[in-house]
Amino acid sequence: MLEIIHMTVNGKAQELAVDPRECLTDTLRQRLGLTSVKKGCEVGECGACTVLIDGKAVNSCCYLSVWADGHSILTVEGLRGPNGELSPIQTAFVEEAAIQCGFCTPGLILTAVEIVGTGRRYTREELRRLISGHLCRCTGYENILNAVERAVEENLARQHAE
Amino acid sequence: MYDIQSYHQAASVADAVAALVRDPEAMPIAGGTDVLIQTREGRHAGCHLVSIHGLPELREIRREADGTLVIGSGCTFSQIHASPVLRPRVPMLCDAVDQVGSPQIRNMGTIGGNVCNGVTSADSAPSLLALEAQLELTGPEGVRRVPILEWYTGPGRTVRRREEILTALRIAPEQYEGWYGRYLKYGKREAMEISTLGCAVRVKLSPDRQRVEALRIAYGVAAPTPVRCPESEALAVGRPLDEALVKELGQHVLTELQPRDSWRASKAFRFQIARELCRRAFRQAVIDAGGAIHA
Repeated sequence: MLEIIHMTVNGKAQELAVDPRECLTDTLRQRLGLTSVKKGCEVGECGACTVLIDGKAVNSCCYLSVWADGHSILTVEGLRGPNGELSPIQTAFVEEAAIQCGFCTPGLILTAVEIVGTGRRYTREELRRLISGHLCRCTGYENILNAVERAVEENLARQHAE
Repeated sequence: MYDIQSYHQAASVADAVAALVRDPEAMPIAGGTDVLIQTREGRHAGCHLVSIHGLPELREIRREADGTLVIGSGCTFSQIHASPVLRPRVPMLCDAVDQVGSPQIRNMGTIGGNVCNGVTSADSAPSLLALEAQLELTGPEGVRRVPILEWYTGPGRTVRRREEILTALRIAPEQYEGWYGRYLKYGKREAMEISTLGCAVRVKLSPDRQRVEALRIAYGVAAPTPVRCPESEALAVGRPLDEALVKELGQHVLTELQPRDSWRASKAFRFQIARELCRRAFRQAVIDAGGAIHA
């Protein structure tokens, strides 16, 4: 039996019929075609399915879709500029070569959105802790940390300039 | 798709209790970080779930007029970590819950779930035992309070009845005013790691800060349930802060623990870290309290 839920996905109001047994990863991928949300471990360990719910990073694989009713979801598709351009955080990942196979990238970028959004500066050690819910099997994390650090600094510089 | 046979989203605690009474097979789900993952593993095949996820009445953290801290069972670990009410009063608990899983898990998992799953590795458990938290439950017969010292009955088992909902954790002012404490966790990794062993030590010093006035020591994964070490606590009372005491405590706690061999660590290794963590946490708690350990 399906249930009707209302949520905002990437800034757009959505009315959806979902199965109460369904996890948010499947709803976003299969009903809305948002395939940046990856299916990895499906037990909340790898972070590939990370989305932001009301601005907080959550593993969508262990989150029932019915719980999203009334909430606001952000996936990487929602970061696109009006002409399809990359966001500054995505650009930082490209510039720092923080991407190899790309499977962990959407999740890491969303965690970076949450980190950058706090408007704070972090030590390298703090950043390591903050991205610890993501597994990357390619990069060894160094370039990812460089990218997150760069995104934080660029954002602070932009805020300072304004 | 999860193997869930029936699902009821409760509108309130009262509604959740009524739903649990109606369906004898139903069980509660809150943050979902244990129940859904176990369901994925096939452990609750065809489960009947009553969801208390996100209920606003369970998400409050407040300080009552007499100083009692009340933490709603539905508060997430990150909410507790960032709480301006809790941070200055029970920093040990705020830091302990920051060691659970990953940032994402801490945005989802609840302290109530951590306590209700009854496991010995719950990162909040040693701190809550050392703080002598009172657990408030609502069931069909009304509200009751259970001291956490009487909560655990075995691995994964607690005194919570199936149709009861844990609604709040209460910490009395005499449990935190004048006390200082530390929770130390040992794991092979810094993050995304189930505790190999965890130790919480709380200390209250004499007014001149030269002696132990009271001590609490609690462990996770050092026995089938989280445990306190009452004999070791008692032997420290009135003792001066010196190396002899540190040494004796680390040794004496071992007589009160029953760690086991598992693939994660051997019993012998757990004894070794139990001894060491007790000493380190005690030293740190004494420093936090403004005291010093003398040779």
